Amino acid sequence: MTDDSDDIARALVLDGNAVAGEMMAMFGVEMTTSASECAHCGQRHMMGALLAYVGGPGIVLRCPSCEGMMVKLVRTPAGTYLDARGAAFVRISAAS
Amino acid sequence: MTPIEWQIATISAITPETPEVKTFGLSLPAWMRHQAGQHYDVRLRAPDGYVAQRSYSIASAPETMGRVDLTVEHIDGGEVSGYLHEVPMVGDRIEVRGPIGGYFVWDEKKGGPLLLIAGGSGVVPLMAMLRHRKAVGSTVPTRLLFSARSFDDLIYREELAALAADGSGLEVRFTLTRSQPPGWTGFTRRIDLPMLTEVAGPLGREPLCYICGPTLLVEAAANGLGDLGIAPGRIRTERFGPTGS
Repeated sequence: MTDDSDDIARALVLDGNAVAGEMMAMFGVEMTTSASECAHCGQRHMMGALLAYVGGPGIVLRCPSCEGMMVKLVRTPAGTYLDARGAAFVRISAAS
Repeated sequence: MTPIEWQIATISAITPETPEVKTFGLSLPAWMRHQAGQHYDVRLRAPDGYVAQRSYSIASAPETMGRVDLTVEHIDGGEVSGYLHEVPMVGDRIEVRGPIGGYFVWDEKKGGPLLLIAGGSGVVPLMAMLRHRKAVGSTVPTRLLFSARSFDDLIYREELAALAADGSGLEVRFTLTRSQPPGWTGFTRRIDLPMLTEVAGPLGREPLCYICGPTLLVEAAANGLGDLGIAPGRIRTERFGPTGS
């Protein structure tokens, strides 16, 4: 029971590359090579390597080491909500 | 013009690759040189304001000036891929932005040896890397392991065979997981540790690895390469699934 449904859920996971356009539109620079640190486990990963869950109304990015939730992005008609409490930091590169 | 801005591309060519896959050549008013492995976002807008958006990898080499080729697999029930496969004709226009991404990219300055692992249409960004490698005359030792369901599902099959025969140090290995033609001598199973050992072994301990395909294939391959002792920092992955961004 759990194995199949776990596999199906797992198969829907993408990575930060899949939301590169959304992140670039939001931050104004390429973000997939930007460093980020997980606030839960302290591991550092480039944003492109984070696990991305895109099936819901927003985007959820999780740490590939501990799967803790790092960043949530929800776009609404009034604007975009960014919840990054699970990230100790996200580096936004200087515009090139 | 920046990669963040949407622009109107004109479809200059539509090429069937396999029964489920087509390549769309796009002429761009604001073409920008891309890096092999990057993608474009494609946006469709209905008159009622409904918007659907997906990301598609660039198949062409950065050296192809003024044009990008996007290779698109028709996903069952896929809003954008279904439209692209059934509706537009050469000369029609679609809304795109890009090139996007910087994590899953390779150019000859990054060196090698190069290990490329593809599942299905995950071969597309890796093909851009191989076309770039060819365009710049690189001889970096390279191996491609390409998993598909059947012989007919092998995108770019003939071009890959030609690239592998050009003496530049590229070797291509196929695995067909669902059906094989008579006399097939390639692999016939899902990617596993013995297969990775056989393909990656001759590249030594530190190949630069790019894996693109369905999530479960990507994770199996990445875990296997880890088991072979390849450092995580040498492995880059791109997962795709039934939903795009």
